[in-house]
Amino acid sequence: MSPETKPILSVRKLVKRFGGFVALDGLTFHAAPGEVLGLVGPNGSGKTTAINVISGLYAPDGGEVVFDDVSIGGTASHKLVHRGINRTFQVPKPFMSLTVRENVRVALAYGHIGGTPPALDALLDEYRLAAVADRPAADLNSAQQKMLDLVRALATRPRLLLLDELAAGLNPAELDWIAGRIKQLAAGGMSIIVVEHLMGFIEHITDRVIVLNAGREIFEGKLAAAVQEPQVIEVFLGGEHAA
Amino acid sequence: MPNAVKHVLFILVPLIAVFAVLPGVYQNHLLLFNFVTFLILAQGVNIIYGFTGYLPFGYVGFFGAGAYGFAVLVMHYQSPALVAVLAAGLVGVLLGLLLTPLLRLSGAYFAIANLAASLAVLHLVANPALEGITKGPYGVSLTGTFNPSHAYYAALAVLALTVGGVVFLKNSSFGLALQAVREDAVSASMAGVNVVKMRIAAWLASALVAGLAGGIYAWYVSVFYPDNVFSGDFSIFAIVFALFGGVATISGPIIGVLILYGVYNLIGFTTPQYFQLIYGLLIMGLVLFLPAGLVSLATRRGWHVP
Repeated sequence: MSPETKPILSVRKLVKRFGGFVALDGLTFHAAPGEVLGLVGPNGSGKTTAINVISGLYAPDGGEVVFDDVSIGGTASHKLVHRGINRTFQVPKPFMSLTVRENVRVALAYGHIGGTPPALDALLDEYRLAAVADRPAADLNSAQQKMLDLVRALATRPRLLLLDELAAGLNPAELDWIAGRIKQLAAGGMSIIVVEHLMGFIEHITDRVIVLNAGREIFEGKLAAAVQEPQVIEVFLGGEHAA
Repeated sequence: MPNAVKHVLFILVPLIAVFAVLPGVYQNHLLLFNFVTFLILAQGVNIIYGFTGYLPFGYVGFFGAGAYGFAVLVMHYQSPALVAVLAAGLVGVLLGLLLTPLLRLSGAYFAIANLAASLAVLHLVANPALEGITKGPYGVSLTGTFNPSHAYYAALAVLALTVGGVVFLKNSSFGLALQAVREDAVSASMAGVNVVKMRIAAWLASALVAGLAGGIYAWYVSVFYPDNVFSGDFSIFAIVFALFGGVATISGPIIGVLILYGVYNLIGFTTPQYFQLIYGLLIMGLVLFLPAGLVSLATRRGWHVP
């Protein structure tokens, strides 16, 4: 493997159980710097669980997560943030009673060790939050709260960014706009993993997708190739469609 | 002028100045001392409840432990009062450390567990088997250190320290991060905040404040029983005063104590027969119509309240 495509993240044989339910059953994939990787699969296939394990919310029950050649499985979230991993949430989780500006200030103050923090006002401006900067986060609409989640993550200067259904609920104009932003972030060298149900959006922004089913990967490659794959069709549409 | 300096100049300094002068013009020194004690405790509740969301229903545990820490040092080691007060603060912090596992609970479960913990400390201290150390249920008498005016000024110093601490929380990224943890612990950790460390820091700070207040209370009254210094009234009053004014602000708990404890004493002097009724109705009305405290009257209109 050439140096520029050396993966920043390698997930190997990852296992996560909740009681008797196996959410991740030997999941293996990698992500490279500057790449937008899509995680797709039916509901319950383990996409969000994978993101939760990589971002330190859950400790894995088996396998390993390697970031920057260091095994990070089970490390506390705030330490992973300092190492350069961050994420957004499917249901946005801003600090509701704090203002938008204060929300981001927490991440600016605590999110990274050394280096110059990004400029707060420029970030808010870039993600269309400048007009509501001094309003409590609770006053924002759902799309704005998603952007605030994203800005909070970006304020910590992540090198690996996990986006959990960022696009769901955005209108077509907002989708185009955010797709452009995500590509621009990747062009700057950031590795981005996108969990999404909107296939058009996935096709537009990802370089590569991993298709998950029942906690393990069943396909890796371009989305266009994935939809030709009988096993993928079976999982998404049911057995009779897979000719 | 930075906000922190404004808050010190316009809230902390006038408050301390007024209470430093009052004993010269007002004769009921015990009442003034009680005001200062409740100002400290209400701000202590503010630190833990206002900034982290843990409702400390057994807050008096730290206060009583501090009072007995003071008593033990004076009785058995003949410590000077100031040293014993510092030790009282240390006892509060040690008890806080012992109780850190409670922080895994949240909401009502934390409140109940904290209440139970304070009762456990009371019954430990009041146990007749410990008579040799704490004098058990028979109470302590500390005539050697009795000096109400020194104790009063020590209480003022602790009040200054406590309000100064809240000014810091209100104006620092540390305080902002605490509020972030209160709002959403998972998001706070994704902002890089060490959630466990922050919660413990706030918990120990509020335990320290109550321990110091308890030590000074012991110094001031000099004769007391376990039931006095572990009285649930201290927890309830401190919480009600802080909530009445409005938590997560500097001025809210101060306003709460001045108005509510003022009214409490006024009713007590003038119409003691209706005391419980009036006070109870007042608190019910406030909880129903102003759940976020008096300061919410201003914040609702978009005015910023320090």
